[in-house]
Amino acid sequence: MEKEEERDTLLRRLESRGVTRRDFLRVCSIAAAAVGLPPWTVAKMAEAATLKSRPSVIWLHFQECTGCTETLLRTSHPALSELLLNLISLDYHETLFAAAGANAEDALRQAMRKNSGKYVLVVEGSIPTKDNGAFCKVGGKTAMEIIREVAPEAGAIIAIGSCASWGGVASADPNPTGATGVPQLLRTADYAPILKGKPIVSLPGCPPNPYNLLGTVLQYATLGTLPALDALGRPMFAYARTIHEDCPRRPHFDAGRFVEKFGDPNHRMGYCLYKTGCKGPKTLASCSQQHFAEVVGAWPVGIGHPCIGCTEQSVAFRLPLHATVEIDRPTPPDTFAPIHADRGWVSPAATGVAGLVAGALAGAGLVAARKLGKDAAKGEGEEKEEGK
Amino acid sequence: MSVTRRSVLKGMAAAAATSVTGVPKALARERKKPPAGAVGMLYDATRCIGCKACMVKCKEANNLPPDPGGKMGAIYDAPDDLTGYTKNVIKLYREGDKISYMKAQCMHCVDPACVSVCMIGAFKKDKQGIVSYDPGMCVGCRYCMMACPFNVPKYQWDVAFPKIVKCEMCRERLAEGKLPACVEACPREAVIFGKLENLKADARKRLAAEPGRYFPKVYGETDGGGTQVLYLSAAGIPFEKLGLPDIGDQPLPELSETLQHAVYQGFVAPVVLYGALGLVIYRNRKRQSSEEEGDK
Amino acid sequence: MNSHFRPVGGPILTGTFLVSAAVFLVSVLILIWRFIAGLGPTTAMNDLYPWGIWITYDVVVGTALACGGYAVALLCYVLNKGKYHHLIRPAILTSALGYSLAGVSVIIDLGRYWNVWKVPLLWNWNRNSILLEVAICIMTYVVVLWIELAPAFIEKWEEDAPWQWLRKLSLKIHPWLNKILIPLLALGILLPTMHQSSLGSMMLIAMHKLHKLWHTPMLPLLFLLSCIVMGYAAVVFETALADKVFKLPRETKLLAPLSIAMVVVLFAFLVVRMGDLALRGRLGLIFRFDFYSFMFLLEIALFVIPAVLLMFRRFRYNPGVEFMCAMMMMTAGLLYRFDAFLVGFKPAPNSAYFPSIPEMFVTLGLVGFEVMAYLFIVKLFPILGGATHAAPRTGLGGVSVPASGG
Repeated sequence: MEKEEERDTLLRRLESRGVTRRDFLRVCSIAAAAVGLPPWTVAKMAEAATLKSRPSVIWLHFQECTGCTETLLRTSHPALSELLLNLISLDYHETLFAAAGANAEDALRQAMRKNSGKYVLVVEGSIPTKDNGAFCKVGGKTAMEIIREVAPEAGAIIAIGSCASWGGVASADPNPTGATGVPQLLRTADYAPILKGKPIVSLPGCPPNPYNLLGTVLQYATLGTLPALDALGRPMFAYARTIHEDCPRRPHFDAGRFVEKFGDPNHRMGYCLYKTGCKGPKTLASCSQQHFAEVVGAWPVGIGHPCIGCTEQSVAFRLPLHATVEIDRPTPPDTFAPIHADRGWVSPAATGVAGLVAGALAGAGLVAARKLGKDAAKGEGEEKEEGK
Repeated sequence: MSVTRRSVLKGMAAAAATSVTGVPKALARERKKPPAGAVGMLYDATRCIGCKACMVKCKEANNLPPDPGGKMGAIYDAPDDLTGYTKNVIKLYREGDKISYMKAQCMHCVDPACVSVCMIGAFKKDKQGIVSYDPGMCVGCRYCMMACPFNVPKYQWDVAFPKIVKCEMCRERLAEGKLPACVEACPREAVIFGKLENLKADARKRLAAEPGRYFPKVYGETDGGGTQVLYLSAAGIPFEKLGLPDIGDQPLPELSETLQHAVYQGFVAPVVLYGALGLVIYRNRKRQSSEEEGDK
Repeated sequence: MNSHFRPVGGPILTGTFLVSAAVFLVSVLILIWRFIAGLGPTTAMNDLYPWGIWITYDVVVGTALACGGYAVALLCYVLNKGKYHHLIRPAILTSALGYSLAGVSVIIDLGRYWNVWKVPLLWNWNRNSILLEVAICIMTYVVVLWIELAPAFIEKWEEDAPWQWLRKLSLKIHPWLNKILIPLLALGILLPTMHQSSLGSMMLIAMHKLHKLWHTPMLPLLFLLSCIVMGYAAVVFETALADKVFKLPRETKLLAPLSIAMVVVLFAFLVVRMGDLALRGRLGLIFRFDFYSFMFLLEIALFVIPAVLLMFRRFRYNPGVEFMCAMMMMTAGLLYRFDAFLVGFKPAPNSAYFPSIPEMFVTLGLVGFEVMAYLFIVKLFPILGGATHAAPRTGLGGVSVPASGG
């Protein structure tokens, strides 16, 4: 059991930087709210920060552009990225490390040994499989070999970005490198024994929204559990709804106001980009609700470019950028005209008046008829009298 | 043959009998075909996403004001049907899980009922087959509204100087070489414009290529004598559900015009009857006055 | 010159006249509103029911009820039943008034009435339009009717005109009228035959929008037969009323044989109606006992009851029964027309129509005006009372009609 003084807790690190416990709690509640964790988790966060050791994270890079790392760092609110980087113990990260070469390799092996079975393996970038994976080698080993080494002892695996989730841009036709995502690779027969029921979280996006990673890690670090995942391993809190469902430009779509060409007056008015090829209706992601860089409107549609569906394997780098898509799961609002609209009604007042008039006429007629009959009888009687 | 009262009555009975037993083939009205330059539209309900861009563009291109009155829960400019201010409307069919959109506008029939009934020709069918409306010749009798099987022509009930309003396939835009506004606006090519023959072929091709996607019929090929706006519906959604009635293949005006012409062709029967009546009355009056002379 | 027709005389401003005038004035106010605000606020017509009672009652039923002139003309001039001759003038008067008011109703119903002058222009005509034929026919017939009625005015003005120029004019026109009499009378029979049947033909185009109990190629024939029935019934009705109100000798025995003619036409109508439904296999619709079948049964009952009753001599000669039968026949024709134009007309689900109160008031007001005009004219001009003093003609049934006290 580690001695308390030795435990490298977050709180201790923050205190060493002059961040008070109160400041810490305040930032925790902001972070929790940002990723939708309930308020009671803040207390848990504080507890974890004080008591638990920070989870170890090993971050591998393969066929990637480092955009996923960059998106993480490009949060404009320092406390959050800082929180993230201090919430975890980033024990191996090729971009952020000062060390290089053999030193870096040693750090990896040490981290693996120290936290065996517990570390979180984050993978950024796709894994080439053609030609025995010769297209990506780090330290002389292919990506496949590295995965074979590092994955077995991980506690959980997170594939960050579209490349790691399903292959990303490198996997676009004709996919010369045989690029594949981590879940796809690890579920093949060869790798299944390695996987051994380990949870794989996919966080697709190109780049992914940093809050998706933040939320996942925050929950794992605080509560020790991973968020609810869908069939593709994507956290539901971020990937359950399409861009189209929560898009701020949705009223324009519903009202039929569209951008026809980039730069036209409708574009200036901020109208719906569906006709320019927005893939929002087919793309499951949280970008329309959680914008990037903590700046409202900092996301593709927000700045006037149609969504390219970067999280979806069937959309991104497959469908032409400006081709329109079908609307999945149409749920038209009730403000559409019905097939047969209501027209006309039978007014009770008018019916009453009509009834009265008709009744009066009929009554008058009957009275007249009866009178005529009586007169005739009288007349006949008189004639008979006269005839006598 | 001397004209007697009996012969007049016989003649009238004969005329009546003609209308009873049907018209000899010689008088039968030939079924009209689409004109040589016939254009039309094809609406594929399976491609429509209900975005209503076509409604917006139609109002704009036709200078139509927003619908007053707010029919559906007082939403601004939300017509619940074609109206005196709306020439094109997207309707929604929803039954359980089945959903389809339906674009309603003038069908530009091959043998239009409205053209047949309009007294002084405010409705005319041009050489492209487009049915146009001329308010200058319209007296507002609204017979067209009674006649149209699709209930397309609408009236402006709330103004002192009303018009009949209906889609005219943007014929002014067509003259400028542009597409009808709704076709231009559609982001999914759910409604397309073109020569009627090409559209018919296209529709048939779609049915053949994806039979599981469509209801197996192209509405408007023969319905009501044929229309120049054709419809495709999703599988499992018959056209009646979309508000397109089953009116058979007989053109609407066929019955009324056949009967009318059977009696009035060349105005012969009325003139003959008139002559006969004149003769009978003359003879009767002569007979009466001679009897009166005889009485004196 | 027939000196037996005479003005009824008496005060113009009677109770009936004043009540009618009041209703008429209200309807004038409503019409002013109609012309300012449009048809929407004043009537209950809508996009699915573009024709309401102003067309269905005022024009379609109104002209049929005004077919008394047609019916009596057929009787007198074609079938040569001279003893009914004195019924011509009052019948023509009601026809003239009825048709004129139908014309007024058309104008107030038209949405773009300022274009109506274009309708009579030959070069505009769409000869496929049945409504055009109805319009031209009715326009012409109104003129014919007033010319046919002119002798009544001319007779009066020749002797006693409010202005000299009117007297001179009347003297000049009179012989000219006699010259055009026969062509005019022939027109007066031809035109209603044409347009009354065409009024029925107007609903042929409605096809699937009109219920199968009413839509049939027989519509023109059925409308013509029922209008003859309604015309005769109207004559019986008005004659009985006028005789009673103006204390003229009763003409029961004269009208009774007319009833036989009515029975014949009624049965002809029923045979065509039911036969047509049977031939088209639509009899089953009658026994659905839904709203449409009830309306149909009511309509048929109103045709059948008088047809049966009037087969019996004692009912024919009973003025009360005769009067009631006349009312039933008029109602039957009215109901048939309402059913064919409005009740059986269902253009789409979720559509309905019932006239609004202002709309009904206008119809009542126009009828009120008709009543006012009728009263005014019969009191001032020689329309009624033309029963002849001459030796009676033997009519149907061989009963000679005794000369009634002058």
